Amino acid sequence: MTSSDNRHYLYYAIFGLLGFVLIVRLFFLQVLDESYVEIARDNARREIVQFPPRGLIYDRNGELLVFNDVIYDLMVVPRQVKDLDTMAFCTLLDITRQEFEQKMNKAIVMNGRIRSSVFEKQISPRAFASFQEQLYNFTGFFIEIRTDRHYKTSSMAHVLGNIGEISEKRIKESNGYYRQGEYIGLNGIERSYENLLRGTKGVRNMLVDVHGREIGPYNNGLLDTPSVSGTNLYVTLDAFLQSYGEKLLQNKIGSVVAIEPNTGEILALVSSPGYDPNLFVGRERGSNYMKLLKDSLKPLFNRPLNAPYPPGSVFKIIESLIGQQEGTLFPHTKYHCNMGYRVGNHTVKCSHRHYSPIDLLGAIEQSCNPYYCHVFRAIMDQPKFKSTAEAYENWYKHMQAFGIGTQLGIDLYGESKGILYPYTYFDKLYGKGSWRSTNIISLSIGQGEVGITPLQMANVVACVANRGYFKTPHILRYIGDEKKVPEQFVKKRYTLVDTQYFEVVCQGMARVVNNGTARVAQIKGIQVCGKTGTAQNPHGDDHSVFIGFAPLENPKIAIAVVVENGGFGSRWAAPIASLMMEYYLNGHQPTTRPDLEKRMLEGNLIK
Amino acid sequence: MMERDDDILKTGTFDWLIVFIYLAMVIWGWLAIYSADFNPVHPEIYSLDQSYGRQLLWIGASMVIALVVLLLDHRVYPAFAYIIYGIIILALVSVFFLVSKRTAGALSWFEIGSFKFQPSEFAKFATALAIAKYLSAYGISFKDRKTQVICFALFLVPMALVLAQNDTGSALVFSAFILALYREGLSGFLLFTGVYAALLFLLAILVDNIVLVAVLSCIALLIILFVRKNRGLVFTVIGFLVLSLGVIFSVDYVYNNVLQPHQHQRIEVMLGRVDDIKGVGYNVYQSKVAIGSGGIYGKGFLQGTQTKLHFVPEQSTDFIFCTVGEEYGFVGSAGLVILYVSFLIRLIQIAERQRSRFNRIYAYCVASIFFIHFAINLGMTVGIFPVVGIPLPFFSYGGSSLLGFTIMLFILIRLDANRRNEVKRAFEI
Repeated sequence: MTSSDNRHYLYYAIFGLLGFVLIVRLFFLQVLDESYVEIARDNARREIVQFPPRGLIYDRNGELLVFNDVIYDLMVVPRQVKDLDTMAFCTLLDITRQEFEQKMNKAIVMNGRIRSSVFEKQISPRAFASFQEQLYNFTGFFIEIRTDRHYKTSSMAHVLGNIGEISEKRIKESNGYYRQGEYIGLNGIERSYENLLRGTKGVRNMLVDVHGREIGPYNNGLLDTPSVSGTNLYVTLDAFLQSYGEKLLQNKIGSVVAIEPNTGEILALVSSPGYDPNLFVGRERGSNYMKLLKDSLKPLFNRPLNAPYPPGSVFKIIESLIGQQEGTLFPHTKYHCNMGYRVGNHTVKCSHRHYSPIDLLGAIEQSCNPYYCHVFRAIMDQPKFKSTAEAYENWYKHMQAFGIGTQLGIDLYGESKGILYPYTYFDKLYGKGSWRSTNIISLSIGQGEVGITPLQMANVVACVANRGYFKTPHILRYIGDEKKVPEQFVKKRYTLVDTQYFEVVCQGMARVVNNGTARVAQIKGIQVCGKTGTAQNPHGDDHSVFIGFAPLENPKIAIAVVVENGGFGSRWAAPIASLMMEYYLNGHQPTTRPDLEKRMLEGNLIK
Repeated sequence: MMERDDDILKTGTFDWLIVFIYLAMVIWGWLAIYSADFNPVHPEIYSLDQSYGRQLLWIGASMVIALVVLLLDHRVYPAFAYIIYGIIILALVSVFFLVSKRTAGALSWFEIGSFKFQPSEFAKFATALAIAKYLSAYGISFKDRKTQVICFALFLVPMALVLAQNDTGSALVFSAFILALYREGLSGFLLFTGVYAALLFLLAILVDNIVLVAVLSCIALLIILFVRKNRGLVFTVIGFLVLSLGVIFSVDYVYNNVLQPHQHQRIEVMLGRVDDIKGVGYNVYQSKVAIGSGGIYGKGFLQGTQTKLHFVPEQSTDFIFCTVGEEYGFVGSAGLVILYVSFLIRLIQIAERQRSRFNRIYAYCVASIFFIHFAINLGMTVGIFPVVGIPLPFFSYGGSSLLGFTIMLFILIRLDANRRNEVKRAFEI
């Protein structure tokens, strides 16, 4: 039995080996691998996000426009629902038994039985009150309080924008700040200044057990961070002027953009037809959105920023300036009208009879088309240019300096840059080197391959009113209740035309109102400057356009009005612009021309 | 000249060391259960509404039973070995007829009122007694084929009964007797082959069959090259290789047709092939998180979040080690391993100093049973063995297991205390 006597060593060996293996394993788990510490912490900790109240929005006069209101979401943890009196529950919520089952199933499918899901969104305050009393009867249900936006005004929806659930794409772009189901500014100022308005989310850490029940604060709340309220914003809009503009444009399709010239602050930004921002509040949000989306008049389309129109007479203003700057046009330069300008077998006609020959001031006053064909050709056919392309490039740079064919940089989402082609477009169209100024002669009167938005029109006027510069048109006036001025809009942006050349154009525009096509725009006691336009519309009646500013010296308001299918500029656009300028400059006093106002208000161009 | 039983404490042969280790483990276990099941509504450690309060009751009962075991004459145990064994077998059989409720999928509990009783916990020491009795009889040699068959039958019968109750874990414990019998002359070759086959089985699941066959063939070829002069050994190696190939190719069949789905999953999780932390791997994952998050020094008594917030299932019974790992850290858990290994080694030391064959065989059985429990329980808790539901003796919550293990250990202590008398008697005869 000698071999048997040594056998007990095997037991020592096996026991020792096991002890060694276990200790090594424990060393790896507990000492070397530090990830488990974190996993255990995440297991036991639930972060509860504290949503701060969103910043309020005021207009330039301090009128409250957008505020927060409490809404109540009914939440459910399916697994905790026990002994539910379904009848009483359904009665309270005013839903049927089937709806109850559906909602419950949806909650389970979405988040499982253990985590909480929304059972019913935005229950009424009345249902909330009864729930508060009886919540102990409904174990597994609780109410989550959120805030939603409400609007003091029924206008300026396009500017204010709205908030809604964040999209997958923007969650990704946010680098983890937002989570699914959170609310974010979808458009308008809510979107542009989301970062200011939203404030900073806070976090409360709770200790939870395996069933997700909260046991108490995690780590005595030492890791918690408080939420910081969103910043209040003051917009540049004048709420009274805005709603007056919206009223004047009712039953018409069109835009108004009014800018304070020396600051670039947008006083009114009307897109008609518009919609009431309150439609995007509450439970009907979704169906209202669908209704607006399907409307053939496209109320969701933000026209002043996105709709390109043939600039028409606006371009005559700019040609007058470029011509002077290029040294090819002087105030005393005269051209014959001849009721038309012949190019090959095509004639650019003049729209109405007037004296001839005519000088620059007269040409502006009478809006003479042939005059501007001459002016345009004089600019383009300067001997210093080796080719038309080079001449066009020069002209194109002038245009861009006026903000045409570019995004101006307004602080609203989705600004269009309009239509303005580079010379390469014509190279392609006519062949390189084989096009002349005559090929693009319609550009001289703002027709042809060009389109500018009402915002760009208003900006050009602001630029003329300022005699040579503009500031980026913008919506944000002050940040916070300490009224900090946003720095990005302070800088003056000069055109390529010297200040000295602007005065004659301003005088011309004054004459348009005093003796010319826009006499309807005259305001008692205020020298209005303006220019009517009639934008040719191949799809129907011409669009009625007016641009103008007032007063002549030290202008306070520059305005562009477009009324689609409104015919002559003097018919709709000029009176509306005039009424608005009057209303603004006279401190929101009733107009001195009630008949004109009545005609505008009652005018219906939508059949 | 006969010494009375009540003198056992005076003879100087009473093994106080093993009793101290026992007490240390029981008390540590009780504190761990307190941590694991801590209920702030009943913070008193003696609260009978809670597991820790009831465990205290069981500890008290165990002390009383231990005392009774010590006070009985040492000759009672060999004398009643077969009777005790018979009663337990009857109890195991009657479970099928009397029990209606299943506990954790296993059908192994008697329930009398609120008092639950698990006969398999008592089958372990009963079987150990029976095997010791049988093998220590005069004229019995383990070399006889017949002896070996009866010996195996003695533990395979209760093992089969427990397995039939769907309690795989407890059944597995009975394989401890193979380990114990090695000391009595069971072929080492058999032991080696068994371990080798089990290892091969796991490797066959884990590694591509072709790779495994290639590696094994290379190893066999190398060995043959070394021992080519010894014909017998060459044939043994070739035989082993053929056997191995058989095992490898039968694994797929066994795995797919014999093992149940939940066993597949447990094996796969243990092998690291499935990283299913929400499903089957949940227990092991949370257990590892609990232990791993303990760090070097642990989170402190009652400070474990994993266990206190119930992330670890079965935390006061099978997964009690998690609480130790989380609250006492590497220092504490390594301490527990050392304590346990010391306990096991002490058992072998005790076994080796016995003059009586009955005593020695019984001691080896006891040591092997504790060893298997310890190895499987800690192995699964730290994630190197599939999840098999067996308790960690003296730590896990549970009356039956604590009582069963206490009786098993104290019978050995009682026998050991009398080892001198055995010597004397040997001389008297």
